[in-house]
Amino acid sequence: MGAAQKPTVTSPGITVMRSQLGRVRGTGAAHAGSHHWKAERVTAIALVPLTVWFVVAVLAHLGADQQSMAAWAGRPWNAALLLALIAMNFHHMHLGLQVVYEDYIHTIPRREAAILATKGACLLLGLLAAVAVLKLAVMAH
Amino acid sequence: MPDIRDASIVARNSDAKLVMRPVSPHLGIYRWPITMVASILNRATGIALSVGSLLLVWWLVAAASGPQPFAAVQGFVASPLGLLMLLGWTASLFYHFFGGIRHLVWDAGHGLQKTDLNWVTYVILALTLAATILVWLVGYLSVAV
Repeated sequence: MGAAQKPTVTSPGITVMRSQLGRVRGTGAAHAGSHHWKAERVTAIALVPLTVWFVVAVLAHLGADQQSMAAWAGRPWNAALLLALIAMNFHHMHLGLQVVYEDYIHTIPRREAAILATKGACLLLGLLAAVAVLKLAVMAH
Repeated sequence: MPDIRDASIVARNSDAKLVMRPVSPHLGIYRWPITMVASILNRATGIALSVGSLLLVWWLVAAASGPQPFAAVQGFVASPLGLLMLLGWTASLFYHFFGGIRHLVWDAGHGLQKTDLNWVTYVILALTLAATILVWLVGYLSVAV
């Protein structure tokens, strides 16, 4: 073991046999690191205020007709928040469903197919919702 | 040893006799701890919300498409099945919301003691019930008035 790769002593008697470079990269054995875990948390944090805003907004517009609903969704702030909600929701959704598949589908091709199909569906649904909001935002007067 | 997988649980006891080591019992054996209910509910409500997202997309697309498609969504939501779905969606949203916040608190390293895990779960269930009832009450009053 060279000078660049000194074992890290964390407590008496325990030596971590992992290189400093490996620690810095932080990608672990799967070479994917904590990206999935972090993204799930970051989207969750974003969804906390967005959800509160959305529930309050929906409650304030119950029974509204299409015109007033479209006008509401078309206002810049509402459209921006709706787009943020859509992006965070579908990102969080495919990350969460992926973990469910990874836990319960044990045949790898089937599992990967389910994950890919879900990611594709989430992307398309998110785009569809985003296009609808953008249309309302652009056409609003 | 009829099954090769048994090799991992076969051991010798202090009399040098071959014994099967005790293994963790399967799901059906446990008395359901409330934390297990909480964990399963978090996942189940997440899946329910995924389905519920379809309603959000349909609603937005309909609003952007015109009065008739929008009236179709409103009609569906006001139908018994639509109201039932909306109720499930509301309850799932609030459970996943409060449960998710608890997950974030756990990630920060707090609330992981066994006693905390138990009572916080009851608080989350109560908050879910309260928030769901509140939203439906406000919704009912705003439509009825």
